[in-house]
Amino acid sequence: MSLTDPTSPESPQSPQSPEPSGNKAALALGDDALILSHRLGEWAGHAPELEEEMALANIALDLLGQARTLLSLVGEEDDLAFLREERSFRNVQLVEQPNGDFARTIARQLYFSTYQELLYGELAGGDEPISGITALAGKAVKETAYHRDHAEHWTLRLGDGTEESHQRMQRGLDTLWRYTGELFQPVAGVDVNWQAIRATWTSSVTAVIEQSTLTVPDGPQESPWAAGAGRQGVHTEPFGRLLAEMQHLHRSHPGASW
Amino acid sequence: MTARTDPADTALEARLRELAGAVADPELPVLTLAELGVLRELRLLGPGRVDVELTPTYTGCPAIGTMSADIARVLHEHGIPEVTVRTVLAPAWSTDDITAEGRRKLAEFGIAPPRRNRTSGPVPVPVELGPIRRRRAAAPAPAAALAPAATAASTAAEPEPVRCPQCGSADTVLLSRFSSTACKALRRCESCREPFDHFKEI
Repeated sequence: MSLTDPTSPESPQSPQSPEPSGNKAALALGDDALILSHRLGEWAGHAPELEEEMALANIALDLLGQARTLLSLVGEEDDLAFLREERSFRNVQLVEQPNGDFARTIARQLYFSTYQELLYGELAGGDEPISGITALAGKAVKETAYHRDHAEHWTLRLGDGTEESHQRMQRGLDTLWRYTGELFQPVAGVDVNWQAIRATWTSSVTAVIEQSTLTVPDGPQESPWAAGAGRQGVHTEPFGRLLAEMQHLHRSHPGASW
Repeated sequence: MTARTDPADTALEARLRELAGAVADPELPVLTLAELGVLRELRLLGPGRVDVELTPTYTGCPAIGTMSADIARVLHEHGIPEVTVRTVLAPAWSTDDITAEGRRKLAEFGIAPPRRNRTSGPVPVPVELGPIRRRRAAAPAPAAALAPAATAASTAAEPEPVRCPQCGSADTVLLSRFSSTACKALRRCESCREPFDHFKEI
């Protein structure tokens, strides 16, 4: 069943249709940025302190800008964001995981921003001629460096903080660990050395976790239960509710504007 | 494309570039777009037709729409009915693109200008933990030690201090990497105790 609004004058882009691999890459990376941006936006009004309110909203804004640029390479950005069904989204499952407490959000930020910075860095530094994606990567990698820096500082403060903050930070890292394997699944059209990215990611994240007096989770990074198929359109249960929240206004009031 | 050899056209193009460059930044109206370094190109394509290239400071900069509209309005007012403003991302904007005059105005406005002549990325600061620490790590390392190899090189050199725009003291501390806008960090001066924004380096 299609969730597309029948009153909408035009049918949305059809993401299921065969696309050039460049578009698949832009869709995957754009969806990562869009969905994480939405999750971080959920903190507005709820962050533990004013500075974090600003920081998380600013990071969300950076990600939204990346998402808009990337999705515009694929089609009409609003249609892609608001009129697609769950199975058409290509983001990794990590970014759709609920915020949980602040420590879990930081764990998600640590895992994802480290990955995103490495990925953008590889894309920007490649031999490929400047394309829409590499131009975006070259710009966004500088922003993402600040996102990673933010996550690293908080991991350290929470891990090496109080007994309570230490336990929560460890729990956040443990809870999300099984979604990290999926990050390194090759994406069609993204010509990077995935093994090298995985190795650098692992050493970087390990160094931060150990410095924070925390323990690198020892569970599998992918398992049947981790599903690990966001890039193929298979998502976890909380994602449906996220989409409902994110898409509701646009679908309820087609064509509305400020 | 029309011939571009007419000196009158060249003069007009220069004049229009000046006008577009003089548009104030919507979020930091103390700066012009030229001083911010975001106006990349302005071309006179033909009579009454101008093409403008604009680059955003940050990918998600919400001011880019207003900037485009302001440029179009100014050019319309000066007899150019057809204005196309395009956003370009590459080469990526850097805080080094802010002109010397722009940096001076920022400081005068109370915003510490970005530091120059360095590769972009977060400048390492030791994490300043509060009084409660669970178990002190054996040797509190500067954050640079935590940076992955990809960015470690950019943080190798000792960064110059961010000076307080009020009193000029170099004794300032970072409160938050992210302040009122994505491009600024929030700091506090330990000498005069004033908080201030710092245009952070990218």
